[in-house]
Amino acid sequence: MTRERRGIEVSLAIAEAVGQADCDVIAAYPITPQTHIVEHLAEMVANGQLDAEFVPVESEHSAMSVCCGAAAVGARTFTSTSAQGLALMAEIFFIASAMRLPVVMALANRSLSAPLSIWNDHTDTMMVRDGGWIHVFVENGQEAYDHVFWAFRVAEDPVVRLPVAINIDGFILTHMIEPIEFEDDDLVKRYIPEYRMEKPLHPDKPVSMGCFAMPELYTEAQMAREKALVNSYSTCLKGWEEWAALTGRRYHPIETYRADDADYCIVTMGSLGETAMAAVDELREQGEKVGAIKIRLWRPFPFDDFYKAAEGKETLIVLDRAISFGGPGGPVALEIRSALYRRPQAPAVVNYVAGLASRDVRVEDFKAIILEGKAKATAGHTAGYTLYGVRE
Amino acid sequence: MACASEVLCMDKFSVYAARLVEKGEYFASGHRACQGCAEALAVRLVMKALGRDTIVAMATGCMEIISSPLPTTAWEVPWIHVAFENASAVITGCESGMKAMMRKGKLPPKKINFVAMGGDGATADIGMGQLSGALERGHDFIYVCLDNEAYMNTGIQRSSATPWGASTTTSPAGKRSKGQQTQKKDLPKIAIAHNIPYVATACPSFPFDLMEKVKKAAAIEGPAYLHILSVCPTGWRIPSEEAIKYGRLAVNTCVFPLYECEYGKYRMTYKPDPILPVREYIQGQGRFRHLTDEDIEVIQKRTTEEYEKLLKLCEMD
Repeated sequence: MTRERRGIEVSLAIAEAVGQADCDVIAAYPITPQTHIVEHLAEMVANGQLDAEFVPVESEHSAMSVCCGAAAVGARTFTSTSAQGLALMAEIFFIASAMRLPVVMALANRSLSAPLSIWNDHTDTMMVRDGGWIHVFVENGQEAYDHVFWAFRVAEDPVVRLPVAINIDGFILTHMIEPIEFEDDDLVKRYIPEYRMEKPLHPDKPVSMGCFAMPELYTEAQMAREKALVNSYSTCLKGWEEWAALTGRRYHPIETYRADDADYCIVTMGSLGETAMAAVDELREQGEKVGAIKIRLWRPFPFDDFYKAAEGKETLIVLDRAISFGGPGGPVALEIRSALYRRPQAPAVVNYVAGLASRDVRVEDFKAIILEGKAKATAGHTAGYTLYGVRE
Repeated sequence: MACASEVLCMDKFSVYAARLVEKGEYFASGHRACQGCAEALAVRLVMKALGRDTIVAMATGCMEIISSPLPTTAWEVPWIHVAFENASAVITGCESGMKAMMRKGKLPPKKINFVAMGGDGATADIGMGQLSGALERGHDFIYVCLDNEAYMNTGIQRSSATPWGASTTTSPAGKRSKGQQTQKKDLPKIAIAHNIPYVATACPSFPFDLMEKVKKAAAIEGPAYLHILSVCPTGWRIPSEEAIKYGRLAVNTCVFPLYECEYGKYRMTYKPDPILPVREYIQGQGRFRHLTDEDIEVIQKRTTEEYEKLLKLCEMD
């Protein structure tokens, strides 16, 4: 097994992974900060490095529509977008999962307008939280590269047959140059063999896809969809286990850092997890019994894994990067509060929203959030949320 | 009244008699179209001309709803519906996927017709950008616009392809309105402006002309656009047994001329002789019944002008 470690921009590494996966169709429309991914894919196709159809569509709505058509004939299909692009393709985003079309998307997370902002947070992905896709969050370039293969593996599994969104923090990850271990093509082929769709659109055996349903069938269709997504959990795990067996790099739906003996934990999703870990280290040196919990698998939400990680903790300080306007807090905290409701000895949940539009959340900020959050929990002030660092 | 078979040069047709028409049905009977629906007839004829090796992507609309209520389907060929505005993008995805997989040896090679179908709303309004993108990118596909001149599926609302003067539920005729206030968007010309190899108009009242154009569109490599006037008895408020008659009247009054544009060269595929007054087309339709003689004169004048412009284009070499 040859393994090459290269210093490379994360977007380019993602594109290289899509190429190694021998993708058949890529349809995308330019939007910052996703552009470097698709630019590099276009370049790879133009240079003959990747034999694929690169469809330079006229909108993101069409990008997802082309992906649906390509996936329906059994092609391995990839797209990438951000924020407004995701909003524009949202209609088809929901349909892709309902039609069980295994499209893989690199979602370079960016804030939604207005005001227009090209910078990073999770307001875009939270908009499609209930879109029926598998959502995974990555923390660094290596994870982004690895999860391209994992995404194809899980999406195309005949039991799953669902689209997968790889959430990658825009700029913070997409535009970083990081050392990334590249796996060789043979290993990739073993991990994701050639995709054979069971019943594609083909004249030899005609099928109808996307038929309409009357109310007597709609509920059942939604049930089937829910089951498919919930049941994909075991395939997600299997995908990570086999990747670990091949590469030694191991991933879990919920990951923890110095959390075993911690009294309280900071909970993050995405690239800020690494900063949170640095803050945990510094606070540990000061004697604080703090740890970090990182959510990797957002949909299907790994409830049991989360319960296990949260067990015995007094307080969870949840960092959100989006606001549910007029609602009870950030979407992640909302999820966790609901998951923990009425569980025996459930930890208190304190919610912070920070890092909107790439506003820096430094180690000092994490330390401040953790300590303040702990104090709030002690004082019993756990309702609502705090918009950290806002100037009023 | 003249019909296509009397006027056209029959030797140019590959199919010119009913007994020679493909027997197979790829758009099966038993679907739920209204009585006398000429749009369903158009789909049936298009599918006969295309044959089995065809993949259809269909926009949301009448034809999608009447042909695919779960767990049934009227489609004997692979068929996909995703949403309203994106049939052209979906079919280009199918085409790109198959192209790549055949090139890479993942699928055995096969000549397949890739066809997108949508109504006038799906084509002229909500799916205009996606159609333009698909035509511009040069995919090998046929776009079939089934134009019944309003949003019939949702209850006869006006579209940009609704003709001037037509009363619809969102362009109702009233004391201060003559119905639709705008002229019908000229979709074939918009398609032609994309410099694609083949654009044609057709009407199921002229079945051989229609099927010939479908076959031509399928044989040509690259994008082709077919604009099919599909009489809707329900929306046009005419008796259901008169759909074919009104299709003929639309053509013979030159309200809807039958022509094609192959690599930029226009050709009238059928010249009505004599040209009938538009009044004959207008007067029996409930959607136009509020129009006065003066209004009909306005339509006549415009129809004549437009037809003469088209004839000039056909004369150009």
